Amino acid sequence: MTTKTGLLGDGGQIWMKLWDQISDCGCKIHHHYSRYIGSRKVRKNWSRKVLIAWIVFWIIAALWVFWYMSSQAVEKRKETLASMCDERARMLQDQFNVSMNHIQAMSVMISIFHHGKNPSAIDQRTFARYTEKTSFERPLTSGVAYAVRVLHTEREQFEIQQGWTIKRMDNVEQTPVHDDEYDPADLETSPVQEEYAPVIFAQDTVAHIISVDVLSGKEDRENVLRARESGKGVLTAPFRLLKTNRLGVILTFAVYKRDLSPNATPAERIQATAGYLGGIFDIESLVEKLLQQLASKQAILVNVYDTTDISHPISMYGSNDSFDGLHRVSPLNFGDPFRKHEMHCRFKQKPPWPWVAITTSVGILIISLLVGQIFHATVNRIAKVEDDYHEMMELKKRAEAADVAKSRFLATVSHEIRTPMNGVLGMLQMLMDTDLDETQQDYVRTARESGKALVSLINEVLDQAKIESGKLELEAVSFDLRAILDDVLSLFSGKSQDKKVELAVYVSNKVPATLVGDPGRFRQIVTNLVGNSIKFTDKGHIFVTVHLVEEVVEMEDPTSSLSGLPVVDRRRSWAGFRSFNQEASTSSSDQINIIVSVEDTGQGIPLEAQSRVFNPFMQVEPSITRTHGGTGIGLSISKCLVHLMKGEIGLASLPQIGSTFSFTAVFTNGCSNFGDQISQQVNDQSNSISSEFQGMRALLVDPRPARAKVSKYHIQRLGIHVEVVPDLSLGVSSLSPRNAPINMVFIEEEIWEKDLGMSVLLLNNLRKDCRVSIKTLLLSNSTSAIRSGFSSPDVPTPFVVMKPLRASMLAASLQRAMGVGSRVNYRNGEIHTSLSLSNLLHGRKILVVDDNPVNLRVAAGALKKYGADVAHADRGKDAISLLTPPHPFDACFMDIQMPEMDGFEATRRIRDIEASINKGIQGGEVCAEAYGNVSNWHVPILAMTADVIQATNEECSKCGMDGYVSKPFEAEQLYREVSRFFQTVSDEDQ
Amino acid sequence: MEVDQLQRTFHDYHASLFNEGFLDEQFVQLQQLQDESNPGFVVEVVSLFFEDSERLLNDLSKALDQVNVDFRKIDAHVHQLKGSSSSIGAQRVRNACIAFRNFCDERNIEACLQCLQQVRQEYLLVKTKLEALLRLEQQIVAAGGASPM
Repeated sequence: MTTKTGLLGDGGQIWMKLWDQISDCGCKIHHHYSRYIGSRKVRKNWSRKVLIAWIVFWIIAALWVFWYMSSQAVEKRKETLASMCDERARMLQDQFNVSMNHIQAMSVMISIFHHGKNPSAIDQRTFARYTEKTSFERPLTSGVAYAVRVLHTEREQFEIQQGWTIKRMDNVEQTPVHDDEYDPADLETSPVQEEYAPVIFAQDTVAHIISVDVLSGKEDRENVLRARESGKGVLTAPFRLLKTNRLGVILTFAVYKRDLSPNATPAERIQATAGYLGGIFDIESLVEKLLQQLASKQAILVNVYDTTDISHPISMYGSNDSFDGLHRVSPLNFGDPFRKHEMHCRFKQKPPWPWVAITTSVGILIISLLVGQIFHATVNRIAKVEDDYHEMMELKKRAEAADVAKSRFLATVSHEIRTPMNGVLGMLQMLMDTDLDETQQDYVRTARESGKALVSLINEVLDQAKIESGKLELEAVSFDLRAILDDVLSLFSGKSQDKKVELAVYVSNKVPATLVGDPGRFRQIVTNLVGNSIKFTDKGHIFVTVHLVEEVVEMEDPTSSLSGLPVVDRRRSWAGFRSFNQEASTSSSDQINIIVSVEDTGQGIPLEAQSRVFNPFMQVEPSITRTHGGTGIGLSISKCLVHLMKGEIGLASLPQIGSTFSFTAVFTNGCSNFGDQISQQVNDQSNSISSEFQGMRALLVDPRPARAKVSKYHIQRLGIHVEVVPDLSLGVSSLSPRNAPINMVFIEEEIWEKDLGMSVLLLNNLRKDCRVSIKTLLLSNSTSAIRSGFSSPDVPTPFVVMKPLRASMLAASLQRAMGVGSRVNYRNGEIHTSLSLSNLLHGRKILVVDDNPVNLRVAAGALKKYGADVAHADRGKDAISLLTPPHPFDACFMDIQMPEMDGFEATRRIRDIEASINKGIQGGEVCAEAYGNVSNWHVPILAMTADVIQATNEECSKCGMDGYVSKPFEAEQLYREVSRFFQTVSDEDQ
Repeated sequence: MEVDQLQRTFHDYHASLFNEGFLDEQFVQLQQLQDESNPGFVVEVVSLFFEDSERLLNDLSKALDQVNVDFRKIDAHVHQLKGSSSSIGAQRVRNACIAFRNFCDERNIEACLQCLQQVRQEYLLVKTKLEALLRLEQQIVAAGGASPM
């Protein structure tokens, strides 16, 4: 039991150790990992070392466990053997002692009944019978015999009394004979001795030794002598028994004539000796019988030795096969202190394989190997993950590089495509100026439109690329938001008329006339949104409204829509805007927060697609691309642009009802800023259109308030006072003479057609009232629909104003109607570029600065073609001296890359000089007359560059340039840039 | 008749110059800039280009012969040549110049010398072509035809 608990306890300790080891390792791994995170190689070596150490440690541990457990098993086996052996020895001893005691009892009996009585109560027959009957008491003795002490002097008398002579024993032992042939009569008569010990009684089994003198046998003599001296039972050395030829010992007890004190001397004992009682012990059968009684007889081998002479132990029992395994020696005490006996025990079988130990250690080994494998795999995995990570990083880098490369590639390619496309477009434009018939005109126009579409597409892609590469920057120039919206409207007027969709714009009065921001980008956003709406709207209207953010917050729900069709609640489109929630805190006096909504009654956007319309190249569904074309990039660009303008964009849409896109943008108020000069010019421009109508009064007949509001807004822009009436009868009444005179009447086409009679009445009234010439104008959506109803000859055909309404359009129509006469040539609503360019540039004095004579010559040639007076300089320094006020130049084109002094530097210096002179004039230090009475010198300087991408606006404006044109010159771009500076002047000239 | 013949030859030659990539659309623009008020414009610009280019090529060879090559100077020269060649539309010269500038950035004298050789070759080629073209034009004008440019 104890061993078991010990083993368990040991096992527990082992597991504790194991656990410690593992957790220790874990800590180490972590520690080392964090330490070597940078160097993979070191970590790999380290982990390999740890792995090897781990395996070696556990192999040793497993061996130790094996050794420990097997030694435990051996120990246990040894103990089992010892206990078994001792048990056997004890039993043997006990049984022997029982027999011995009995024999001793017999000796007492003989001394009483044979020697104590006269005549003896015992004769051979009695003895034999008695012994035979009591042999079960002495299971170990094969026979008992009694020899009497006979001195030589008594021999003759004794022999006579017994009737036989005393025989000697020696040669019997020397020539052992077979049982059957043995005959005591053959024995020799004993020679003359001092005393004799002839056997007188014997058990039947040993009856043949009667009359034999036991003293004559060597062993027996010694035994007998020792027995009578000691008074105790004495054993002989084992010898072959006479008859059975088996190993046996003889136990001899001396029988004394009288009782002796326990401490009698040997001499006294010899003197008192009467005879000797001997029992023959058959050791072999004795042990065999004993072993048979025990259950595990087969398990062990037992040997019994007489070890009185230690160097020559005499085997008494057992086989002699030498086996040097485990064995146990147990001492036997048979009551004879002279004789020493030992019992040797061995296991019959060899010790079984220590399976428990083997399995345990192998198990431990396997577990540790598995743990090692896990560790190894983990390390490998970590290494692999790390490799993967590095690879991913590498791939990420490459992907990013590829992205940048893609953007750059797009920019480059777009740029490269743009250049030849401009050639194509330019040539087409020139072709249109030549003498062509109708069909050819149509072909060319189509080609040109396609080309323009392509260029705009490329521009979009380029914009996307620029936005992605973060190169897009916004300008900050003054612009007229209303004019821009008019432009956008005129761009789509053709399409809206074709589709009979009403297109309208309304700008709140609270929006300042001039704002500072990026007009081009603003226009782009609105164009995108309106273009989108036009694409998807087949009936109804598209309505662009511009308000201040502060305004719409309080705005109530409009009661009716522009075309009367249901629309999406536009407030939902800006529901998510942040600026509405924190608008109070952010708005400063200078910041103008405007919100633009584009509302349409188109097919709407499915709910599930609404979230991704602002992703690039994402349309509602692929089929859209097939039916409506487009790249799907426009909204994404718009979103980016809106973000650049610190605004937000959102939409609300219901399928089959329509969509409303809204965006906010932050501009600065143009009137209170540095842009005074330019904004003044812009105002002049719009004023010049409207001045002639200033103070006139108009009547607008329109039953629909929303639409009336838009029309009123546009008419009012021309300085005309507007009165709105919902129907014609009211209109007629309001024309009565008591009211202020009315110059013109605007009638919605819808009303006109619905109620022709009333219209005619109105017209007649107007005709009758001849005090002022009152002009009637129809506001119409499409060109084709007007003609009906004008058949009656007495009704004068009213002038038709085509929608969408916009200031310039309206002014031109009015001019025609009132006979003011058109000043500007509108051809299909477009301005003829090269003609305008000639107008703009004619007579201008322009300085071209380029170090390259060829470029200089080409640029000069191009400008000269448009009638400009060109001077040139080939160095930055010359340009500075030429442009130091006072100078006659109206503009300067400056090459950027020049040796000695580049365009940027030259411009910077020119601006410095101008600034100091302006300061001087304003301060009154310098006489303004010396500078041609110009109070503010600022010559427009345009950069010329071959590389549009590289020469960013920012760089140009930073050093005071007003813009840039790409080399080689291209009419449209030149016009665009030049018109920014010359338009006012040309108007004035005319 | 003779004028027609010459006109046709001129147009064919003109087209071939474009097809073979000697000239690009810029040259057309140049031709458009020429009108009655400015009759010798193309000739003027082209001869300016020849003059300028020859000077630049000489400067370049000198600069590359120096022991210590001043790459900045060379770059400036090549830039000039690139600008003027793109201005008149001699695109093969221009392309050669672009390659030249790249090697200039790398400061590779060997390659620069090679490029110079190539630029010169392209220049001479385009020069011959342009001269032939202008000669044809002159012939047309001399024969009493209208200038095809």
